[in-house]
Amino acid sequence: MTEQEIYSKLEDVFHEVLEDDDIRLEASTVADDIEDWDSLAQIELVAGIEAEFNIKLSMCEIEGLANVGAMVDVIATKVA
Amino acid sequence: MMALHSFQELKRAKKLSRDGLPTVKVAITGDCSTQHLSMAIEGACVLRGVSATVYDADYDLVSQLLLDSGSDLYAFAPDIILIQLCTEKLYERYLSLGRDDRQQFSSLTLNEVRQLWRAVETNSRARVLQCTFPEIDDRVFGGYALKLPWSFIAQIRKLNVLLADETTSDDRVELLDLCGIASRVGCLRDDRLWYSAKMPLSLDAISEVADITAAGIAAHLGIVKKCVVVDLDGTIWGGVIGDDGLSGIELGELGSGPAFTAMQQWLKELVRRGMILAVCSKNDEAVARSVFENHPDMILSLDDIACFVANWEDKATNISFIQRSLNIGMDSIVFLDDNPFERNLVREMLPQVTVPELPEDPAVRLSYLQGLDLFEAAGWSEEDAERTSQYIAEGKRRATEAEFGSLDDYLESLQMRAVARPFDSWHAPRIAQLTQRSNQFNLRTIRYSEEDILRISRSDNCITRYFTLEDRFGDYGLIAVVILELRDEAEAFIDTLLMSCRVLKRGVEEVVVNCIADAAREAGCTKVVGEYIPTKKNALVRDFYPASGFSRSDDGLFVLDLNRFHGLSSHVQIME
Repeated sequence: MTEQEIYSKLEDVFHEVLEDDDIRLEASTVADDIEDWDSLAQIELVAGIEAEFNIKLSMCEIEGLANVGAMVDVIATKVA
Repeated sequence: MMALHSFQELKRAKKLSRDGLPTVKVAITGDCSTQHLSMAIEGACVLRGVSATVYDADYDLVSQLLLDSGSDLYAFAPDIILIQLCTEKLYERYLSLGRDDRQQFSSLTLNEVRQLWRAVETNSRARVLQCTFPEIDDRVFGGYALKLPWSFIAQIRKLNVLLADETTSDDRVELLDLCGIASRVGCLRDDRLWYSAKMPLSLDAISEVADITAAGIAAHLGIVKKCVVVDLDGTIWGGVIGDDGLSGIELGELGSGPAFTAMQQWLKELVRRGMILAVCSKNDEAVARSVFENHPDMILSLDDIACFVANWEDKATNISFIQRSLNIGMDSIVFLDDNPFERNLVREMLPQVTVPELPEDPAVRLSYLQGLDLFEAAGWSEEDAERTSQYIAEGKRRATEAEFGSLDDYLESLQMRAVARPFDSWHAPRIAQLTQRSNQFNLRTIRYSEEDILRISRSDNCITRYFTLEDRFGDYGLIAVVILELRDEAEAFIDTLLMSCRVLKRGVEEVVVNCIADAAREAGCTKVVGEYIPTKKNALVRDFYPASGFSRSDDGLFVLDLNRFHGLSSHVQIME
């Protein structure tokens, strides 16, 4: 899966969970940049990512998701 | 594990239109994180036809909020308080105890939980919805732990049983059975969410729990299924009677028979509970009936079927006929058919009917249906079990009706006798149930719990009457309820007046009005005041008061002047 495909699918997850289709993601995007991306939404985002990419993240990996770039990196290692 | 709706679907459902939906206030408190559960319950309620306002208490404040009568939680004035104490926290407590206390752990915990319930009873009129404790088995002793009464698994299992015992006699507390859900759908926990967010349930589990919670809440608001309409060929037996003949029907041990037998056993249990069962089949009626009469492995008998329709008309027309014959709401019907064409036709023509998407494989259908939680009950009385025989008696009445030239002659021939009595504790469950379930012939649609009914029956300024009716074909059971509130100036206000639609227009209405007038006179009143509160479903009684001799007053109420009222005539004889 290319990085672009990961970004595109990840945006779908964000759109569904945060109910905002205008969200655009970049590697540097962090929770503070997006309204409603709080700790509750984070739990739903992880569930959405796991379902969308059919992967399972460990607790450490989830805690390490500081920004979108880190999300994409960890997804890339799992779907490769 | 597959919940009925995903968490995101439930979250989106919160935003759907709630026009005309009954409302309920739910407070949720737990010793764990409950925010997602709160969101999911609000959404699941909308999907079950209820507009819920949810108060999600802050983390781990259960005792503080419930023991303090001035807390924000009580200020919210909830109708329901959901208490989620998690097994994980109990386990931590257990670990800190010595052997003696471990032996007593379930009863000690029960006492603490009971104190919370008592506090709610003192401080609020809310019902408690108490989560049971999904088992945690630490496997320290492996399977041997069950031989050790002080092991955690032995204690937690016992605690769940104690909780259930405790609630059988407590009208104000119900269990939200997380253990039961776990045994149906598998492990409810996502270990990562417990350690990182103090959430004892995965998002999928939360969706499942929310849906079941919503089903229970809806049932308490009178949103219940009353009738299951079943297809025959391919649905309650394998094969097609018209083509395969009696010997080709799969039931019992033949072919897929065991799965169909299990389906019939389940339907029979629903009938025993009080669900009405009707048949809607494309068949010659005599051929369809022959299976009931002659197949040795049939579990259902013709006596279980309140309305048997087998012909070649379309099924929407037939279901409409069944609905009119039984005089029940279209939205209280569930239609089971293995044929997707028939299901879609009924969905299209009768959108209010619930039509489960039966799986093609007969082996998995029953579990699928059970997982939909369509038959949630808010209570149960012996009278429910009599319902089918009542509907069959009703069929005989209709047959007799056709023989008489005039309606009056017919009604007279029924020899109807009604009994009116003040509420008593024996009838309280059925009375409460009627206030919760009657939608059409209900002037104010005030819902009461069993506890409310008992309180009202003891109140000095209330006069209560329940009515039972029988005729030469059978017993209708408890069919009408009246609550009068005595107000100043010798005035009796009709707080509640409702009647089962099964006995509509037979003279019961008149007898009830006469009884109201008599009771009010006895209490020294000179007038009776009635109010009609319109809902989506009670247009039937919009003109009930004017038609019964009440006159409209300026404030929109209806007044019966007892000095001028001399009683209405009726074919129903009243026995005090």
